[in-house]
Amino acid sequence: MKNQETNNISGAEAVIRCLLKEGVDLIYGYPGGAIMPIYDELYKYRDDLRHVLTRHEQGATHSAQGYARTSGKVGVAMATSGPGATNLVTGIADAQIDSTPMVCITGQVASHLLGSDAFQETDIIGISTPVTKWSYQITKASEIPEVLAKAFYIARSGRPGPVLIDITKDAQFELFDFAYKKCKAVRSYIPVPSLDITQVEAAAEAINQAKKPMIIWGQGVILGEAEEEFKNFVESSGIPAVWTILGLSALPTKHPLNYGMVGMHGNYGPNVLTNECDVLIAVGMRFDDRVTGNLATYAKQAKVIHLEIDPAEISKNVEAHYPVLGNCKESLSKLSSLVKHEDYTDWKQLFADHMQQEIEAVIKNDTQPTKEGLTMGEVIVGINKYTKGDAVIVTDVGQHQMIACRYAEFIKSKSNVTSGGLGTMGFALPAAIGAKMGAEDREVIAIIGDGGYQMTIQELGTIFQNKTAVKIVVLNNDYLGMVRQWQQLFFDKRYASTEMTNPDFVTIAKGYHIEANRVSKREDLDSALKTMLDSDEPYFLEVCVEKEANVFPMIPTGASVSDIRLK
Amino acid sequence: MSDITKYTISIYTENNVGLLNRVSAIFLKRHIDILSFSTSQSEIPDVFRFIVVVKMTESGVKKIVQQIEKQIDVIKAFYHTDEETIFQESALYKVKSSSLFEERQIQNMIKDSHANIVTVSPEFFVIEKTGFRHETEALRKSLAPYGLLQFVRSGRISITKEKMGISEILNTFKQQNKD
Repeated sequence: MKNQETNNISGAEAVIRCLLKEGVDLIYGYPGGAIMPIYDELYKYRDDLRHVLTRHEQGATHSAQGYARTSGKVGVAMATSGPGATNLVTGIADAQIDSTPMVCITGQVASHLLGSDAFQETDIIGISTPVTKWSYQITKASEIPEVLAKAFYIARSGRPGPVLIDITKDAQFELFDFAYKKCKAVRSYIPVPSLDITQVEAAAEAINQAKKPMIIWGQGVILGEAEEEFKNFVESSGIPAVWTILGLSALPTKHPLNYGMVGMHGNYGPNVLTNECDVLIAVGMRFDDRVTGNLATYAKQAKVIHLEIDPAEISKNVEAHYPVLGNCKESLSKLSSLVKHEDYTDWKQLFADHMQQEIEAVIKNDTQPTKEGLTMGEVIVGINKYTKGDAVIVTDVGQHQMIACRYAEFIKSKSNVTSGGLGTMGFALPAAIGAKMGAEDREVIAIIGDGGYQMTIQELGTIFQNKTAVKIVVLNNDYLGMVRQWQQLFFDKRYASTEMTNPDFVTIAKGYHIEANRVSKREDLDSALKTMLDSDEPYFLEVCVEKEANVFPMIPTGASVSDIRLK
Repeated sequence: MSDITKYTISIYTENNVGLLNRVSAIFLKRHIDILSFSTSQSEIPDVFRFIVVVKMTESGVKKIVQQIEKQIDVIKAFYHTDEETIFQESALYKVKSSSLFEERQIQNMIKDSHANIVTVSPEFFVIEKTGFRHETEALRKSLAPYGLLQFVRSGRISITKEKMGISEILNTFKQQNKD
């Protein structure tokens, strides 16, 4: 079909039109030489498509990730060739391992210069290949509609992930007749394996025989938009459920069958009882080593049911006796109709007993400390008091992340945004920007350590420029706390390069015209949190916490989940 | 349980510039040695076939094949043992022409090993031999004393005894996505 408006348009304009066709209204990025034609079109289309200028390309990817995680839509990041493109790599790797839908568009030198070591030329396709779900280099404008349609389809379908599209500068300038058709399928790609009902029946049979079943759920529940089906499955079966860090918030924290977190710094009961359950029902999770500890001693006594969308995850780390491939939204509702309800009273009592031990040994000290120094735990509990669990919590990586995930309350899904698989320090501040833009009506609180904060601190500029009303809480212990903890426990307190001489964070925030405050005394904490949360604007709060506190429980590297330490 | 065996991995793919890199990255990430690698057109137009030979455990090769199949442009991947496939390698040997006439044994070697002479020029001649590794290797060893000017061996090419069913996969897709 011929269309006056879309005939003879540039590749650059076609890119914008593709984004609009895909429902994109917000992108993050940073301009530069090889992507200037597209930025020129962004200027023309600025009323239809908002571009947020981050202060570093890594910030653009993490913002796009934060946006994707709270909105459920595909995040888009844009950068120029060379260093612009390589700066995206950390965020791409993070999105790959945490299954975040993201499309990255990079400019590239003109096609006749490819391979000539031209100014700002890097082989970004080669560099990003191992950390992308798919990637493609466009050298002709006519390829743009089909490739971008495919990029969005691949990024969001099945197990989501990052896609990188590299577009040479000549392809951006080239004129062609534009027509767009959404991608609905790719012949070499099966996004969602079809559900085998006999596998569901076999799994249900195993569940119905179980005396001590346990559910571990992961982010698959959120990515599959299966929160309702999951809750229904938990309630209709009566089985205690525990979560991986990325599964957090899919089921309300205070749900009576939510028994806490598994993994290295997870709760005591869920870890110990993993090695006592008779049926382990894994839903949309991938048995990461931080979850399993030593695989040789992980849940060996249990029959494992694995509900999973990605066939490559089946029996990758833990053998699945009952693999149930497909979207868990569908498999969970089928499963719910086949399982009988049990009270599992004695079994649940074991979880409660372990929790009591953990409260005495760890949680009381973390959340109601009697010693002088402020703890990270009491800050999180202080935040819960005002948010009542109705906030998006964005965390960075390290001690504060574990503490926040252990103690933050959630009543809504898509509320926990953190770098799980890659453990990317510097993630939280830019991710919080995207998280807020993806859920504008919600309170978004970034909780960050003093180390990670300084890795992407420049994004305060983005917050200021866009008046993004995120609340930033830096839990400052003047250490790279988690590494220091390991040095204390496993390296005879040799604190190699973990102590930090920090700047005046309040002054820095104020330099960006962001309201800022600092507390170091317990009696000031509550009012400081209240002031921050009452504000309608971006707000920075530094909390000076105990310098050498440790996060417990802890499964030492290589140990079994049942050898989790309370101190 | 963890026996190391030689496996031939067959990968049916779309033609995509970056795919070779993507497939080899899967082996690199897991520090797996590739014994041989070859690519060619397959029996289906526009579909390519990679043949990769590795030595590893069956549980290891199974996971590798899952990771390969996960790649967007891979249509299907399989692994097989030697017994399940018909496989060959090709080798080329460049020898000085003078030795062909001076050393009668060379002519016998060529005849005995069912090799072919591909090219003869005043300076050199080229022998081609297709077969199993031990056969091309035996001929290389026999010719070595006479001065091998060049030697090259291809990666393994292999055809499975069982049906692969790629056309069926593609036809099903075509049926489901008519518009």
